[in-house]
Amino acid sequence: MNAIIISAVWGIIMMFSGIVTAKGSTIRNAAIIGLVLLLVCNYLDLIGYHLFPVDTHKMLFFDTFGLLANGIIFASTLIYVLLSGREIENIAQRMPVAECFALIFFVLCGVSLVTTFNTLLMLFLGIEIISIPLYILTGSDKRNLKSNEASLKYFLMGCFSTGVMLLGIAFLYGASPNGSFSIDDLGIGSQKLSALYMAGLLLLLVSMGFKVSAAPFHFWTPDVYDGAPTVFTSFMATIVKAGIFIGFIRLFDETFGDSQPRWQLFVAIITAVTLFIGNITAVFQQSVKRMLAYSSIAQAGFMLLALLSINGLAKEGIILYAAAYSLATIGIFAILIKMKDYTFEGFNGLARHQPLLAATCTIFLLSLAGIPLTAGFFAKYYMLASVIETGHFFWLVVFAVLCAAVSVYYYFRVIQAMYFKDGDAQVLELRPGFKGLLVVVAALIVLLGVFPQVLLDKLYTLVYTW
Amino acid sequence: MIPVLLIAIPLIGGLAGFFIKDEKSARGWSLLVSLAALIVSLWGLSLPAKSPMLNADAEWLPALGSRFTVGLDGMGQILCLLTAIAFPVIFIATWRDEYRKAWNFYALMLLSQAGLMGVFLAMDALLFYFFWELALIPVYFLCSQWGGEKRIQATFKFFIYTFVGSLLMLIGIIWLYSHTADHSFSMKSFYDLRNRVGGQEQLWLFWLFFIAFAIKMPIWPLHTWQPDTYEQSPTATTMVLSGVMVKMGVFGVIRWLAPVLPVGTWAWGDTVSALCIIGMIYASLVAIRQDDLKRLVAYSSIAHIGLMCLAIFATTTSGMQGVMIQMFNHGINIIGLWIVIDLIERQLGTRKISELGGLAQKAPALAILLVIVALANVALPLTNAFIGEFLLFSGVYASKATQYNVVFTVVAGLSIILSAIYTLNMIQRVFFGNTNTLTEKAKDIRLNEKIVLAAIVVLIVVIGVYPKPILNLTKETVDLIITKMNYKS
Repeated sequence: MNAIIISAVWGIIMMFSGIVTAKGSTIRNAAIIGLVLLLVCNYLDLIGYHLFPVDTHKMLFFDTFGLLANGIIFASTLIYVLLSGREIENIAQRMPVAECFALIFFVLCGVSLVTTFNTLLMLFLGIEIISIPLYILTGSDKRNLKSNEASLKYFLMGCFSTGVMLLGIAFLYGASPNGSFSIDDLGIGSQKLSALYMAGLLLLLVSMGFKVSAAPFHFWTPDVYDGAPTVFTSFMATIVKAGIFIGFIRLFDETFGDSQPRWQLFVAIITAVTLFIGNITAVFQQSVKRMLAYSSIAQAGFMLLALLSINGLAKEGIILYAAAYSLATIGIFAILIKMKDYTFEGFNGLARHQPLLAATCTIFLLSLAGIPLTAGFFAKYYMLASVIETGHFFWLVVFAVLCAAVSVYYYFRVIQAMYFKDGDAQVLELRPGFKGLLVVVAALIVLLGVFPQVLLDKLYTLVYTW
Repeated sequence: MIPVLLIAIPLIGGLAGFFIKDEKSARGWSLLVSLAALIVSLWGLSLPAKSPMLNADAEWLPALGSRFTVGLDGMGQILCLLTAIAFPVIFIATWRDEYRKAWNFYALMLLSQAGLMGVFLAMDALLFYFFWELALIPVYFLCSQWGGEKRIQATFKFFIYTFVGSLLMLIGIIWLYSHTADHSFSMKSFYDLRNRVGGQEQLWLFWLFFIAFAIKMPIWPLHTWQPDTYEQSPTATTMVLSGVMVKMGVFGVIRWLAPVLPVGTWAWGDTVSALCIIGMIYASLVAIRQDDLKRLVAYSSIAHIGLMCLAIFATTTSGMQGVMIQMFNHGINIIGLWIVIDLIERQLGTRKISELGGLAQKAPALAILLVIVALANVALPLTNAFIGEFLLFSGVYASKATQYNVVFTVVAGLSIILSAIYTLNMIQRVFFGNTNTLTEKAKDIRLNEKIVLAAIVVLIVVIGVYPKPILNLTKETVDLIITKMNYKS
């Protein structure tokens, strides 16, 4: 509860801070304070200090899984703002910087609803609170035609998927035994599932698949990610996606967990298609930004494995995956923003001019590719292990692994450009603080890659010992 | 204690190496670090087999059931010794090679040593997988950064090949792990799986592991990355790849495949043996036609490794003994060959056999040393490889695991003849005959090169005459593996 209220309130504060001051750095610092506050309050919630004792009438349910996910998402946002916050100011001639930050906080509010919802209405509300600010952020580069196009495209497709979602929720409401939106009442086992129920379930699957850009509902992703200002692409591709994924898992775990055998095959097919399309298409990209858009589809495919298996490993794994993926992608985007040329050639010879930038970028890419010693390895490990534990869908595991091998191709193209090709990579001006922070993020990734338990165990034990 | 040191010394030395921004000091530093590792390795050899110093165990990922368990058994001793000898030899032999940003080169070399040591020492499947991949990353950078003209594509092919193999192995490891009695990655739990994993499952599980190992060795038809990579890599890295790294594949089969999945190993034994034999003959025939010295040695290596793999699947004590000793010998011999090639290339700027000739007149010392190494490559008596290959062949011949043992022995024996053809042919065309305008200018080798080559020759002869210490060292491992490979019990 703490997080939801504070993020909403702080969003409003941010909005009005534009009246008090027009100075970008002040506003950014206020946002950083807000994020730290969010992290602290979320932690307090986790250990049992509820600042706002509101009776939510079982509309929301605050369990460790959701709150832990919140913590990861807020921490990622903090790192994101620290790394790329200045870039938001650079769009400011066209867009008041205070409002951008306000929108980010509103998105976070939506995310914390999605991670802790207990009725489908709350899920719907959360998804909408996330989506609407994103439409604006996508189009925030007002004079850029591509940005406008992306925004409109996103808006139209988003509205459509929202409609599908509402339809699904309505079906489920009709099919539930005593007319309820609560996910506790909707889990009615795998027997006697009416056609209405299955239809509602599949519609929800489709609309959620749309939101996390799972194939074949991914067509908006490359255009929107490419057209949006890079700094917001980074936000959308990581924090928002991870948040919605947590909600996705929560929905299917709590509500449809019992009827798993009935929908598992659908998820398996969606996963396979997502992995295939994401990875194969990424191979052919010429721009790193677009490649990252497709890579985010491919990574979503890997996260879908957790949805497929839904067990203890999957839930632990998705938290680790969210952290590993967000950290690495935020880092790469932060570096990408500083490049003058977004094509692969633009990275040529970066190692010669900016060895530190190249080294950290390499760690991020290795993590995305899932090489041991980086967080990405254990993230992928958990996903694979969770499916293997179910004892079914072995073909999908092998397929996922082959796709991971394909992903090495496009991630390593960046490494090859940076290290082995001669060129004159142009970089914008870098502050020492930025480099320092990149090193910290890279160190975090390596730390998670050697001791993933640091995140999983320590957080859990902290929660339970208090 | 000792295993930890063996990993930590090159690891820390390598990491520190990145910060020595001076070519000469970096070179000296790396030699120092590798010598330290060699001393530790010798120290480990001097200890009795049951010494607690040879094992280390620490908590790593309790929730996953994986521990940081490292230990030195006979096979580990031999391979760690090989790794520990190889690196100082390589550093001294390539002392005069010039690299751009040499400190990075040497640091990465040391990191790859740490990874290799880890592979040979790990007694925990997940840890093994970790090191297996880690050994690859520095080598990838080494080859892509400092190699020949087509280095980027060649290395990338190599990387993708091995990465696919490793990922398949990861699936296998996770699958086996989920079937262990105590949800543990420890070697003991994996060895106990034989009773819990049915024969049908072993049949497909076998390939998940074997593909990874076969790519690394490499076994025909998964060998295609190898000649390109060997040719394009800087010679020092080629030495690591062919001298030590291919042993990872052989080692993997012996430690993590054959004893864990005995039924699968037995059932596919004939298939794999056939692949090995095809590969041996094929590689030998291709080697005869090669004009590039590096490619010639690369193909010859495929043939030799094929024989080792064949002997593993023969499941006999003498064959397994042969594999142990031959892993060491092959590493020493092939590094010796690479050193000679590197010397020739550095002096004359070419590796083409057709452009060379009459070097013996100009460089007599080099010629003598090379001839000994080359004879070892052909496995002539009195050289180390004779002992190894004799054991390998007698093992294959005596095999009870297959009914085709005679056929295998005879056809594999052909490859020895073929290897004599291409090796002697190479010596003749490069070292004897008349000098040409290019080789006129050749000079004999310098002191440091004489020392390393002489050391290699000494090793070749000593092991060739008195192999008993190595055989004793590995006896216990061999017995254990052979017992575990008995699928009937």
